[in-house]
Amino acid sequence: MNLPDPDAPFAEPWHAQIFALTHKLAQAGHYTWPEWAARFAAQRATSARDAAPDLEATYYDDWLRTFEQLLLDKALADKASLDALKAAWTEAYLETPHGKPVQLKAR
Amino acid sequence: MSDSHHHDDDHHHDHHDHHHGSLTHSLLPSDPALRVKAMETLLTQKGLVDPDALDALIDAYQNRIGPQIGAKIVARSWHDPDFRAELLRDATKVIGDMGFTGLQGEHIVAVENTDEVHNVVVCTLCSCYPWSILGIPPAWYKSEAYRSRVVIDPRGVLSEFGLDIHPDKQVRVWDSTAEIRYLVIPQRSENTEELSVEQLASLVTRDSMVGTGLPKIMGELP
Repeated sequence: MNLPDPDAPFAEPWHAQIFALTHKLAQAGHYTWPEWAARFAAQRATSARDAAPDLEATYYDDWLRTFEQLLLDKALADKASLDALKAAWTEAYLETPHGKPVQLKAR
Repeated sequence: MSDSHHHDDDHHHDHHDHHHGSLTHSLLPSDPALRVKAMETLLTQKGLVDPDALDALIDAYQNRIGPQIGAKIVARSWHDPDFRAELLRDATKVIGDMGFTGLQGEHIVAVENTDEVHNVVVCTLCSCYPWSILGIPPAWYKSEAYRSRVVIDPRGVLSEFGLDIHPDKQVRVWDSTAEIRYLVIPQRSENTEELSVEQLASLVTRDSMVGTGLPKIMGELP
């Protein structure tokens, strides 16, 4: 088993993915970086006030929560589509034999 | 956070059970990972992001962009007084001219440690950091403990990093923002006059460029 590398830039692949998504949409002008940072800071403050564990996992959960809400507020995504795609990915993982590439079924 | 890397979790989703013979399905990613996959798929379908561009950015931050870039800049500033003066005057331009521009056009300000002043950097609100030259910040930089305490008690926090600043030396704390990031230029290690810029760079640690550490000393050179 591979132990996590404490110096690896991203502990989990989804941390890297959401980092890239957040930057690319800002670069494309859908929001400014200060706007993102202000929202993220507010979410971080909420977590601290609620005494969420002071861990990197909380940091990325805050990032995810902020980004999801930003997508909805900016009408870049809608809840129904996100829920449907999450269900579709879950199904794809459960139906794909171990070792095979996991792909969404054509809809 | 749950991490479903155990096949004995399978009973949680028996209703999806399509196992054939002894085949087991792929490992189901965590709930946040599936939510991010859903976002990426939707944004890609809508043409708002390009998966290849996302992969390129991730690859850069996983494999190429990190503290070794900042270390080269610091080493050059130790070696070349004119470069150092320019860096202190307009770090954004100097670093941009070297090919390291910020992801969001943020400015970089270089602050130098001297015999009189020790500088340390924080982002009290979130995790603003000079990504383009130091990479992704370490977990402690993002922690509530560091962000809230280094401003109030910088000497105490630094001593927890093993760094005891002389009482006569001033400690300056720089609070990063979405627009301005700071690079600490640590003091040059002693007895390094003979070293090349490349050798000097190998002495410059990430923490020394955030102000929570010092560069390696000569005996520590690999």
